Amino acid sequence: MLLHAIEKFLRRQGKPLVKFVTRIGELSIFIAQSLYHSVTPPFYGRLLFKQMIDIGFYSLPVVGLTTIFAGMVIALQSYSGFASFGAESTVASVVLISVTRELAPVLSALMVAGRIGAAMAAEIGTMRVTEQIDALVTLSTNPFKYLVAPRLIAGVLVLPILVLIGDVIGIFGGYVVGVYKLGFNPANYVNATLQELQALDITTGVVKAAVFGFIISLMGCYNGYKSKGGAQGVGTATTNAVVSASILILIFNYIITEVFFSK
Amino acid sequence: MSDTKIKISGLKKAFGKKVVLDGLDLDIRKGESLVVIGGSGTGKSVLIKCIQGLLQPDAGSILIDDQEVVGLKESEKEEMHSKMGMLFQGGALFDSLSVWENVAFGLLENQKMNKKQAKNEAIRVLRQVGLAPDVADLSPSELSGGMQKRVGLARAIATRPEIIFFDEPTTGLDPIMADVINDLIIESVKGLGATALTITHDMASARKIADRIAMLYKGKIIWQGTVKEMDKTTDPYVCQFINGCSQGPIKVEV
Repeated sequence: MLLHAIEKFLRRQGKPLVKFVTRIGELSIFIAQSLYHSVTPPFYGRLLFKQMIDIGFYSLPVVGLTTIFAGMVIALQSYSGFASFGAESTVASVVLISVTRELAPVLSALMVAGRIGAAMAAEIGTMRVTEQIDALVTLSTNPFKYLVAPRLIAGVLVLPILVLIGDVIGIFGGYVVGVYKLGFNPANYVNATLQELQALDITTGVVKAAVFGFIISLMGCYNGYKSKGGAQGVGTATTNAVVSASILILIFNYIITEVFFSK
Repeated sequence: MSDTKIKISGLKKAFGKKVVLDGLDLDIRKGESLVVIGGSGTGKSVLIKCIQGLLQPDAGSILIDDQEVVGLKESEKEEMHSKMGMLFQGGALFDSLSVWENVAFGLLENQKMNKKQAKNEAIRVLRQVGLAPDVADLSPSELSGGMQKRVGLARAIATRPEIIFFDEPTTGLDPIMADVINDLIIESVKGLGATALTITHDMASARKIADRIAMLYKGKIIWQGTVKEMDKTTDPYVCQFINGCSQGPIKVEV
């Protein structure tokens, strides 16, 4: 009787754990397959190009708006924080460092995750539940090569470019607030920015962006690919894609920062 | 070399505790049109998916042209698929591509035909299934259900496969359109000399397109024979199914 109760208890407690481990295993296999099919022919160049336009070009307005306001608010905040002494160079360097290291990569990635991760999960999920993925297979086309690989490669290639553009726009936002609102001398502000500019800051931002791009595409494709059960399933997949990508972006942001900057 | 195109023996597939296929045996001869009938949820779709390698069976063997296809590697599966075509129940047309790109998909992606040639070929096949060339540039979502079925059929036969699968080809169509699709199926299968496997619960369609009928019940083929034999049979399961009675040995699981 007691044994039975214990067994029942353990069974109930263990279920989520088993589910979790299953998920991790499933995801690992998915990643391995995706990577393998990303580097073996046939390649679909046309689809890769289309994804790069979708993820990159059409995300420019969102990324531009996000980073310009981020740069502006940082200029304002840092001025009110350390206003008294050497304000120009302090504000310039705070804007530079926070935009290139953190704000441009993280905020851009989160925005793109909402825009692109959701779209990928919805598109691939719909293809799954309407049997279009099965149809691909019966037409001798590997869905990993046709659907997943172009999105993954495009994510890894395009996010760094977006972030570089975001860097420039964010710093420009800081400049606008510094010069037109706080009354700094434009030449001094630009000089201070250039003096503080370091390759490492830009590099870490770009590395982060590549990792984030991978995460966004992976979560979009994975959740879409595994979705089941009609419209509701696709809805769940879309939500999961965005939420899991966002959380993973924040976690990996910390890990990468730790790797680059902790001594 | 036998004249058996597909030989299935002892096929088993379960999802969790639910056993769907329970040691199924079935032979399909070269060039014949076999229709598998059976109630909803008896595993007809699972059977087709196992043959195509979309699902991995738990046990059993499937020989196509005397070659084992259970447990093939991915690259070998692709080769196997190149001799198959499939008409999906919901069409499963790629909605990001135009009608002709759907039809020519296999030609463009695998046979590496050039674009112009592929488009001409697609239009030829579309005409064969009774669609005018001007639908070629439309998107699949702009078509009616019957037209989508025709495009699906065109896509299935465009690569001139040796085996064609039809998953409930007439479901969701009005009786006249259903009969038109039946005619097209017969025409295209005979035209290609292909082996056809259809699953359906539409008896009118089954009678029309079948050379032979097999009935699936509780994961096994419980009866098979020609349409004539089916009408004469005293098998209570078959009689109940083809006459559509709620009373009989088959219990509807609610």
